[in-house]
Amino acid sequence: MVNYIWLGMIVISIIVAGAQGDIEVITKAAFEGADTAVKVSISLISIMTFWLGIMKLAEAAGLVQALARLVRPITAFLFPSIPKDHPALGAIVMNLSANVLGLSNAATPMGLIAMKELQKLNGNSKTASDAMCTFLAVNTSCITLVPTTIIGIRLMYGSQDPTSIVGTTIFATACGMTVAVTADRIFRKIYNWRGK
Amino acid sequence: MFEVINQISRWAIPIILLLVPLAAFIKKVPVFETFVEGAEDGFTTAIKTIPYLVAMLVAVSVFRASGSMQLMADFFSPVLNKIGFPAEVLPHAIMRPLSGGAALGIAADIIKHHGPDSFIGKLVSTMQGTSDTTFYVLTLYFGSVGIRKYRYAVATGLSADITTLAASLFIAHAMF
Repeated sequence: MVNYIWLGMIVISIIVAGAQGDIEVITKAAFEGADTAVKVSISLISIMTFWLGIMKLAEAAGLVQALARLVRPITAFLFPSIPKDHPALGAIVMNLSANVLGLSNAATPMGLIAMKELQKLNGNSKTASDAMCTFLAVNTSCITLVPTTIIGIRLMYGSQDPTSIVGTTIFATACGMTVAVTADRIFRKIYNWRGK
Repeated sequence: MFEVINQISRWAIPIILLLVPLAAFIKKVPVFETFVEGAEDGFTTAIKTIPYLVAMLVAVSVFRASGSMQLMADFFSPVLNKIGFPAEVLPHAIMRPLSGGAALGIAADIIKHHGPDSFIGKLVSTMQGTSDTTFYVLTLYFGSVGIRKYRYAVATGLSADITTLAASLFIAHAMF
């Protein structure tokens, strides 16, 4: 699916730009995109290094395992394929907590640490495991209790009630999360049944 | 309620930074060496994401710059207007799963033009607060461990995004 979306975006963009006689935009935009991507990756080095260090300490102190044990009822339901008390569960919980609190500097590194652990269980395959798909479903649909950035923008443009959107945000995310977990279950069954 | 959560957000990282090394020290872990040992992988993990992110962001960038995104928005807006979905926020809905920065820019622009407390302003604020940059997250997370076949992850993410969008529209009409 990702192949079609990727190719589709590029082909459509070039046709549209060509039809408008504005083909130079493509060259410029392509290199701008590549530039942004590298900058994002480079900026990940510092926070990844920091959090990997902290996580190693937390693991050595037994904190990650303790956290995994604490949330076992939920994770056992969501991730039946991960052995209980596996460090992956600790990292997943840390990632989701950081997401809920809107701590993007902690959420991404924790998520990547969780993927690293999940990949160990996946035997370093190039194909996503069931647990990875579930994790990403929960991660991308995760509830944010404090949408800090947008509240800041509302405030900047003189909103009388900048936090009035918190309630609607929580409602909409709750709907999205329910569908994400359900869809993940259904797709997993279909895919495993078809043997993919 | 909101203030409490805000305080938790502010304190979370300093407290982790205090408690984790302290707990490790009590358990007789050599704290400095262990931190460095874990941190060693930071560079490779971050660098590994480059090819995946370049592929993704090049496509997103040309899609936006070529005017294809606007064209798509214009194409769908007559239908969406009928179900109470203002055409102005459609570019945001399209960009949101692809690029966080671009979506935020669109949201800020809409809020500026229509006012933060207008219906459209509140709707786009809700949309910005709810959804995540699904494609970007998938590319980054899978890329960091070298996964190339995403299986059904894209389909799941898209169903969730569409649901969140519909739910935002519904709740905004109900509340504002």
